[in-house]
Amino acid sequence: MTDKINIEIDGHVCEAAPGEMIIAVADRAGITIPRFCYHKKLSIAANCRMCLVEAEQGGRPFPKPVPACATPVGEGLKVWTRSPKAIEAQRGTMEFLLINHPLDCPICDQGGECELQDVAMGYGGDVSRFAERKRVVMDEDLGPLIATDMTRCIHCTRCVRFGAEIAGVREMGATGRGEDMRIGTFVAHTVSHELSGNVIDLCPVGALTSKPYRFSARPWELIGRDGIAPHDGLGSNLRLHVRGNRIMRVHPNDNEAVNETWISDRDRFSYAGLYGDDRLTAPMVKQDGAWRAVEWTEALTLVAERLKAADAEDMGWLMAPNATLEELYLAQRIARALGCPNIDHRLRQQDFSGDAVDPILPWLGVPVGELELQRGLLLVGSDIRQEQPLLAHRIRKAALAGARVFSVNPLTLDLNHEATQFVGTPARMLDDLAAIAKALGVGGSSAIRARIAASEPNEAHSAAAASLAEAGGLGAALILLGALAAAHPDYTALKALAQAIAEATRGRLGYLPSAANSVGAYLAGAHPGVRSGAKPAERLGLSTAAMLDQSRKTLVLWGLEPDLDLMDPTRAMAACSNADFVVACSAFQSPALQAAADVLLPIGAFAETSGTFVNASGTWQSFQGAVPPPGEARPGWKVLRVLGNLLDLPGFEYRDGAEIRDELAALCADASFDNSPRGDFMPAGQAIDSGLTRIGTVPIQALDGLVRRAPALRGVRMPGSEFAVYLHPDQAQAEGIGLGDRVLVRQEGGSTEATVMLDARLPMGCARIPAGVPGSEGLGSLIGPVGLERLTDSAATGEK
Amino acid sequence: MSFRNLPLAEIQEPDKSNLFTPEIRESIEASIAKYPPEWRQSAVMPALSIVQDANGGWLTRELMNEVAAYLDMPAMSVYEVATFYGMYDLEPQGRHKVCVCNSISCLLNGSEALIEHIEHKYQVKPGETTRDGRFTFKEVECLGACRHAPAVLLDKVYHENLSPESLDKLIDDLE
Ligand code: SF4
Ligand code: FES
Ligand code: FES
Repeated sequence: MTDKINIEIDGHVCEAAPGEMIIAVADRAGITIPRFCYHKKLSIAANCRMCLVEAEQGGRPFPKPVPACATPVGEGLKVWTRSPKAIEAQRGTMEFLLINHPLDCPICDQGGECELQDVAMGYGGDVSRFAERKRVVMDEDLGPLIATDMTRCIHCTRCVRFGAEIAGVREMGATGRGEDMRIGTFVAHTVSHELSGNVIDLCPVGALTSKPYRFSARPWELIGRDGIAPHDGLGSNLRLHVRGNRIMRVHPNDNEAVNETWISDRDRFSYAGLYGDDRLTAPMVKQDGAWRAVEWTEALTLVAERLKAADAEDMGWLMAPNATLEELYLAQRIARALGCPNIDHRLRQQDFSGDAVDPILPWLGVPVGELELQRGLLLVGSDIRQEQPLLAHRIRKAALAGARVFSVNPLTLDLNHEATQFVGTPARMLDDLAAIAKALGVGGSSAIRARIAASEPNEAHSAAAASLAEAGGLGAALILLGALAAAHPDYTALKALAQAIAEATRGRLGYLPSAANSVGAYLAGAHPGVRSGAKPAERLGLSTAAMLDQSRKTLVLWGLEPDLDLMDPTRAMAACSNADFVVACSAFQSPALQAAADVLLPIGAFAETSGTFVNASGTWQSFQGAVPPPGEARPGWKVLRVLGNLLDLPGFEYRDGAEIRDELAALCADASFDNSPRGDFMPAGQAIDSGLTRIGTVPIQALDGLVRRAPALRGVRMPGSEFAVYLHPDQAQAEGIGLGDRVLVRQEGGSTEATVMLDARLPMGCARIPAGVPGSEGLGSLIGPVGLERLTDSAATGEK
Repeated sequence: MSFRNLPLAEIQEPDKSNLFTPEIRESIEASIAKYPPEWRQSAVMPALSIVQDANGGWLTRELMNEVAAYLDMPAMSVYEVATFYGMYDLEPQGRHKVCVCNSISCLLNGSEALIEHIEHKYQVKPGETTRDGRFTFKEVECLGACRHAPAVLLDKVYHENLSPESLDKLIDDLE
């Protein structure tokens, strides 16, 4: 690091790094300088001129006030932010800014938290000398998330820079000149970027505001409570704004090590899912096919009796990977105390043959903040922007800093940075990885040796191998396995190959957690081969797939919908109907749950319970409940505690969630994050790819029950979010079907109707058929053979 | 990263041979050659001028998109440039463009009289085209010819020290 220098701001001596901007030093020292266009995460535009200050360097005053956001500090710099000269300049700027700003604060959603309002109060004059007509700007339609009032825009261009620099798409821009300048998309189109909502926070005025929240509350009525996002594996830090018992909106909390200052739209808008009309608000029992609301005691006594009477071996517990650490821990305590080792949270995984040698505590492989320091990245089976929006942003940062990014996927990703993508069928994915391994000169473990030996690397494979090896040599190569890898029919082979590549490049291997608490589930022991504290279990239980295959007599479903959250909805629903007794603990009602379960227990959803999530890089983040659960619903850990008591299990006298967490934390004291396998992966090597293969991507707004219920998110058209059959045009032709045709989609055990869409970015041999979305319930495995049968001709209504 | 010191490249069409005509491509390439290879997009202004000239004096959105594709830049950045500068027109134009300077020097030396004169005689407001399609009348910012104000840009030729009468003569000579 270069040496620090000292500068003086308003008489205070402040330490600064040469080249830093005055405003950054002032911010650190807690000295307020008004600003609109400056933002610490964006490039410097210096176009609002609100931050003018008086300065001198080495005894020589600057001739004019200087913008603090664009004036680098140097030795002997003295700054006055409140001198008469500075105040005069700030007042002048303020007056100009207000010339064209409508004074419509009483009807503006930003009122009360508006930077312009605040700065005008602090730095503006009290009368305007401007008597002419103000300009009016047409509003933009930016889609269901962002409301616009462009007349209020002060042209700070934060939103424009956000698009270019953070989101990586130049959707917004400043067109026109002078008085005619306006911020907008120029060509009308709605924004569909997974981080777009951040412009709501960035916009200093009421030009861009939240559409779902619009006109529903005033900032001074809201109480802020901290929370942790319950969706992707990052665990973004949230500020939940609560009025009464209701979450009105969600903002990010800054945390450099996790979400910086951003949150994804999924984290921002999913809260609305809490207020649908399908919340489960009372315990329900099914009697002779009819549902009846009952008291908690009755429901829990019934459940306890049935669990006690049941054959523990013939029982299965399926846990949502975004359940809290406390819930997962208590659930597995109960299951194991009853003698049932069958508990799993890997709901969308297909191939479990690697369980015996899997790392005991798979994680991201690096701290989240180090993602952007990687020099070479290989993404295996991950639609990263949809799965982990903000980790994708970190990877983008790495790419912009010169890292080489490669991906091996069954579909072409829409990436906002440079990358080399190997796209092919699931079988082809194995070949591509084998080819990269071969180019690295890897022999590999016995099971994959033949595959590697048989592969023929092309130039692209060799180039990828060379880049990864070079990055590995610098200690900065990372191979990441994502959700599509987990859904792959030969996940074990993928892991074996990824491991071989990681070893050969001296890179690291990382697992992208499927949900907010996937890593936590290992620590809690919600895994058939892992007990609490991430230790190998003495008794191996059945995996999700085995539980569903060999129908259990008793099933416990926690926080999931069997027709949408599991690898194979048809099989899951069948397993539920084959079981004698199914108890579903859920925050929501759904027809599928009613069909599947015998007892429904209402538990608190996101923000309605205290708890802990362990994120991708192993950071424990605890949170308090921000609002009470609706009706009779109770936080999940309390339900499990009472259940433990009713089952007469010892050690269930917890007074609060923290006690549970501390107990588990003690067990986890020596848990170490290590992604190296405990032996050689032995892929079963089953033949895959006979004909057309379904690629069941889970769209960003279909990850879990909460986001699926957020109305605003449903309106955003993300790529591949609509239920349909997406085919390469040539593939469609080969199948004898065309755009807009209705087809019968057949998978093992199930079939359903869908419309055909064309997408030339898909590989041949694959049909992208999203999962987790309405329409997909009748289908089978996310990745697996699929047959299409044309039903009727119809007008071509679909589009790519 | 800033898009001020690093071009935000957006490769929409790696194969440029379907864009524009060979002649247009050649003249755009001549402009691109003046900049470092990673700064193709610096040629956006000459490229827009070339394309506009070939299209009868105005730019369509499709043409701007094509320029963006040709220069590997986001379409939005091209719109920003094309809407900023007065010499690009986004609506159909007359056969000629009569651009009268309205900035300070010309204003002091009688450009207002020129403007009024045109408005009266030819019944066009700034930005409008005469009914016979002969010319489009534009008010523009300083043409950089202040020394001989008032100045008028007629298509691509500067005319200075003008009076309504001498301007009339020029206009009469237009097709
Ligand atoms: S819309 Fe908001 S963020 Fe964008 S330029 Fe205008 S004031 Fe700035
Ligand atoms: S904050 Fe410095 S010019 Fe805008
Ligand atoms: S003011 Fe007219 S040319 Fe400069």
